[in-house]
Amino acid sequence: MIRCSTSSEEETRDLGAAVAPLAEPGDVVILTGDLGAGKTRFTQGFARALGVDEQVTSPTFILVRRYQGRLPLHHADLYRAESVDEVADLVLGELADSTGVALVEWGEAALGVIGGDMLEVRLELGPGDDDRIITLSPAGPRWSVRSQDLEKALVPWRSA
Amino acid sequence: MSERLAPPPGDPILGIETSCDETAAAVVAGGTHVLSSVVSSQVDLHARHGGVVPEIASRAHTELLLPVVAEATIEAGIEDSEITAVAATIGPGLAGALLVGVASAKALALAWDVPFIGINHLEAHLYAAFLEEPDLEPPLAVLLVSGGHTMLVAFEGHGQYRVLGGTIDDAAGEAFDKVARHLGLGYPGGPVIDRLAMNGDREAIDFPRPMRNEGYDFSFSGLKTSVINHTRKHPDSSPEDIAASFQEAVVDVLVHKARKAARDIGASGLCLAGGVAANSSLRERVLDACIEDGLRAFVPSRSMCTDNAAMVASTAYYRLKSDGPTPLDAPARPNLGL
Repeated sequence: MIRCSTSSEEETRDLGAAVAPLAEPGDVVILTGDLGAGKTRFTQGFARALGVDEQVTSPTFILVRRYQGRLPLHHADLYRAESVDEVADLVLGELADSTGVALVEWGEAALGVIGGDMLEVRLELGPGDDDRIITLSPAGPRWSVRSQDLEKALVPWRSA
Repeated sequence: MSERLAPPPGDPILGIETSCDETAAAVVAGGTHVLSSVVSSQVDLHARHGGVVPEIASRAHTELLLPVVAEATIEAGIEDSEITAVAATIGPGLAGALLVGVASAKALALAWDVPFIGINHLEAHLYAAFLEEPDLEPPLAVLLVSGGHTMLVAFEGHGQYRVLGGTIDDAAGEAFDKVARHLGLGYPGGPVIDRLAMNGDREAIDFPRPMRNEGYDFSFSGLKTSVINHTRKHPDSSPEDIAASFQEAVVDVLVHKARKAARDIGASGLCLAGGVAANSSLRERVLDACIEDGLRAFVPSRSMCTDNAAMVASTAYYRLKSDGPTPLDAPARPNLGL
């Protein structure tokens, strides 16, 4: 578990950008956290660093948006889906894309479906209006081997 | 079959719309004469889930579509054999939901031996804005605001659009929904906030107007966060005042940019489109702005703002004339842009 803190939207975006170079085909990143915690900001930074030129906007009503960077990026949002059965129906197709990376906002509901092989990024509101506490938890064989690289990439934002 | 007094105007087209949570069918003749428009809202089904759930949406569309189509033709007072084309929304929208409408429309077109026309949902919303007032003079500025989209479009003629700007994060309707859920008001968030705001003070809280004076793009994510920060600090704040002040911030930015767009493109009028166009404050302010700026206002009736099939059938009339039929192997396109 890697604990970080940011104090502006730009910093949250930069933190997302720092994770992207580590992404590999078939990766799943689950973003959890309350409304306004910065999930879309993180994704915008991640996408930019992955080489996506398009504007990344919230997929809440569209449910899944696809972008092309150095890898295909599937940006999903389960805000409006709550039960696991429905989630499976919606996102499994995207998650099964072994050539791309899937970033899933409001991914709590998908945790059971996806299994343990993923990077979970938890974003929480901090003490000040613009402060965020961001906890990254690599889980399963795919991400465990990249734990040390991830720690290094996140040095600027690490907190005790 | 119901008796009819006069024959309907030419070329009745059946339109089908299943891109999100409404199953809808309509018959429109000559692009502007709405003979019927049936919407079987699934909102009750979704209210329990706090939003649209795709699997439920697909299943409900499958169950509802044929009865809705039957009702649309009966209400229009025409025989199936009088339908001259069948149109359906091909995107953007939920993949499974779109498929139900597209496959059904193709099957009906084949069975009736008439052309199939695939319609862009966003283009259909633009047509809804002037379906009720067909004598339009381009160029027009169109503000399209819904749950999934927020964009300013220059309408330069049938089939000719220029997207001037759009949201860089959340759509306006999404901001309404998320703020409503944060305040514990339920789904759909737009109408709830609209109602609550009527009893609130829109100047009570000075929420930010992100990007108000910067070009044509919109940003509503920060506004949503401001509402959350406000309720954290002032838990006793009246929900009516929060709703009114939040709505005021959204409407102020939308109307300000739409007026600027109309001015910059030399528009003869300003059109509202999309589900958020049903918001009473937005409608009022657009009408006021148009009077002040000497513009024609196209503010569709509320039933034409939200997803419906009349706008699909209307668009199809013009598309069939300009582009001809859509091939029957054309797929649904969930990610389609304008």
